[in-house]
Amino acid sequence: MAKTHVTMTINGAEVEGLVEPRTLLVHFIRETLQMTGTHIGCDTTHCGACTVDLDGMSVKSCTVFAVQAEGAAITTVEGMASPDGTLSALQEGFRMMHGLQCGYCTPGMIMRAHRLLQENPSPTEDEIRFGISGNLCRCTGYQNIVKAIQYAAAKLNGAEFKEAAE
Amino acid sequence: MIPGHFTYHRPTTLADAVALMASLGDDARPLAGGHSLIPMMKLRLAAPEHLIDLRRIAALKGVRRDGDSFVIGAMTTQHDLLASDEIAAALPILQEAARLIADPQVRYMGTVGGNVANGDPGNDMPALMMTLGASYRLESTSRVRDVAAAEFYQGAYATALEPGEILTAITVPAPPAGHGHAYEKLKRKVGDYATAAAAVVLTMSGGRVASCRIGLTNLADTPLLAEAAAQAVIGTSLDAAALTRAAAAARAIMTPAGDGRGPPDYRSHVGGIMVQRALVRAAARAK
Repeated sequence: MAKTHVTMTINGAEVEGLVEPRTLLVHFIRETLQMTGTHIGCDTTHCGACTVDLDGMSVKSCTVFAVQAEGAAITTVEGMASPDGTLSALQEGFRMMHGLQCGYCTPGMIMRAHRLLQENPSPTEDEIRFGISGNLCRCTGYQNIVKAIQYAAAKLNGAEFKEAAE
Repeated sequence: MIPGHFTYHRPTTLADAVALMASLGDDARPLAGGHSLIPMMKLRLAAPEHLIDLRRIAALKGVRRDGDSFVIGAMTTQHDLLASDEIAAALPILQEAARLIADPQVRYMGTVGGNVANGDPGNDMPALMMTLGASYRLESTSRVRDVAAAEFYQGAYATALEPGEILTAITVPAPPAGHGHAYEKLKRKVGDYATAAAAVVLTMSGGRVASCRIGLTNLADTPLLAEAAAQAVIGTSLDAAALTRAAAAARAIMTPAGDGRGPPDYRSHVGGIMVQRALVRAAARAK
């Protein structure tokens, strides 16, 4: 089957490759580019582990063909920390608030929360829960993930995160 | 899960897209947001030889006012609908429903056109479009025609779309000022298709229902307009007896499948409850 040449920007760097049209974006990222931070969980558009940011949208990269991303600007979890390794506010929030146990869902959670905070810098708890409803975590029960996102929102707004009494 | 092989086409004009549809025939499928089609391809339940990606056709995207109607481009996403001030002001029921479709990631990609054109009885927008009296524009190389949403659905995945046609836009008449609306969707979990859902658009006058339309999702092979149920509440104050009659009339036309969302009797039972809840909530919103 003829391969198609694709070019896109991932985490600020231009990348290219030859792919079959049926190649899913997540496979292009993980296998062709060998950036394995983006995870494959359910492979059925449910779990959100494969979420990446594509032209300002959170998308499930298991349900997008690489050819559809021609010319797109993509951010993956590898693009979140500073080049010197300083964690982003969201990554720091997940660490400080124990927002992960096994960590499998975490790249997708962080990428989804990244777009959520771009669109709504001060979300309520309900807005966070609604905003991450396409991401499944089977460990934490979401409580600490929500806190991690609240922590990041506060930090990005120049405020100190205060945990609500439970 | 890897889909079968296909050839990918990325037209940038509608003329090129319909020309491809005409020349490639039955082996081609238009690709909108892909969030129904790509999962089907991964399961090998669909194996088109050609995909015609419509995402780069700018003319298919966006919402515009045309007299007393709104024209929604087929490639407008559910996320776009939720971000539209015009839709919020004039057609709030579309936003209420869009928030109940799948999840945020899917709504960035999933399109209104794909949702209504696919013919999946589980999709939410078709019953809404029937309730609102919308029509669909279907275009091919040889003609352009408008088909009422209420005439479009023939069976599960069977629609009035003919070979070579692409659904390009949805025209929705603006509901009357002061209308009340509600979409009640029972689902097992976030992101699921409806176990049963009901859409209501009504107007009230002097505490009584002046006009009413009711649509039903996932309660038959096609979306349904529950006309007898709507008639049963017109002229009433939506008292308990009227709500009981409306639910009974709506249940009478439901023929839901029995599946993981429950057996047919259960789904009809909750379908009637969705109708009642939507009526009450729509009336409370009417001015």
